[in-house]
Amino acid sequence: MMLVRDILSWLLILGGGFFLVAGAIGVLRLPDFFTRQHAAGITDTMGAGLLLVGLMLQGGLTLVTVKLVLIIVFLSFTSPTSTHALAQAALSSGLKPLLGERREDLSSKT
Amino acid sequence: MRGRLFHTISLSLVLYGLWLLLSGHFEPLLLGLGVLSCVLVVWVSHRMDVVDQEGQPLALTWRALPYWGWLAWEIAKSSVDVTRIILNPRLPISPRLMRVRASQKSELGHVIYANSITLTPGTVTIDLADGELAVHALTRETAAALTDGEMDRRVTAMVGER
Amino acid sequence: MFNAAAAAVLISMFLALVRAFAGPTVYDRILAVNMFGTKTVLMIAILGFLTDRPDFLDIALVYALINFVGTIAVMKFFKYNHLGLPHEGEDLGDL
Repeated sequence: MMLVRDILSWLLILGGGFFLVAGAIGVLRLPDFFTRQHAAGITDTMGAGLLLVGLMLQGGLTLVTVKLVLIIVFLSFTSPTSTHALAQAALSSGLKPLLGERREDLSSKT
Repeated sequence: MRGRLFHTISLSLVLYGLWLLLSGHFEPLLLGLGVLSCVLVVWVSHRMDVVDQEGQPLALTWRALPYWGWLAWEIAKSSVDVTRIILNPRLPISPRLMRVRASQKSELGHVIYANSITLTPGTVTIDLADGELAVHALTRETAAALTDGEMDRRVTAMVGER
Repeated sequence: MFNAAAAAVLISMFLALVRAFAGPTVYDRILAVNMFGTKTVLMIAILGFLTDRPDFLDIALVYALINFVGTIAVMKFFKYNHLGLPHEGEDLGDL
């Protein structure tokens, strides 16, 4: 039973770490601010979520788990709010999102 | 004003419960300090005029849990999709802006819908006015997932307007 | 295992820092710093497990909230050049 829980939590932690790094790579690779936000969203939701759930399994039924749940709840309420505030500020300051279908449209203006 | 009294009491109880949970100490001094800080926070909230149904949608609590479960699954699915796009060497993105109507009546419903869209990777709400949302989508697929309106229906059902 | 998680967090923190320095707009930088903050929260939580000191989670909790308030404050400052609400009769600029 302990072994199953350990393996499961390690898988979750590793998965969370993978999504964290993938999101960070996305923030580096994507061409403009608005598309980068999507990559940042992966880190904030999937990466952080999986990692914290994995830690929760390590914590067991204790106060540690309660605090981890609270961290997840705070993160999932605050991260879309700050993302939205940031996007709206960028838009109202006149930053235009890159739009288009083909790769040439997108890479020309980075 | 009865509603206000009810929300004041429920806010105080929730805050004090949170204090007890986070402190984990039960000496009289710390319990007293907890009461003091809860009173302070409730007073400040009264001054900010946020002690009401909108600031504390207690009635939503039970319906929110299944919705969060569904949302977590959606986030997982679209995270995998967006990660694939990011790690693809050709970077096959086709960013687009689109307008989506939110069918909820209350502002709370709009905010929940907009935040759910932002939480799902691949779509970000960048503007919200009069029940119309401007959404930036990373690809055609993530945009299509939004226009089928499933999330809109679920949010409307959760805030209890249907 | 916690070491691997800490390594992943550190790598992504480094990548976020690269974006924060590269810019090019101020919004890119704020986005990167906000991401960096989220990862700091995770790093503190993992450190709590690594060193077997669960008190670290309280710090992580507080940091999660401070990170949010900080981002909003910086954004507000860039948008309005002011941290408080503009006063009555003051020039509102192009709000």
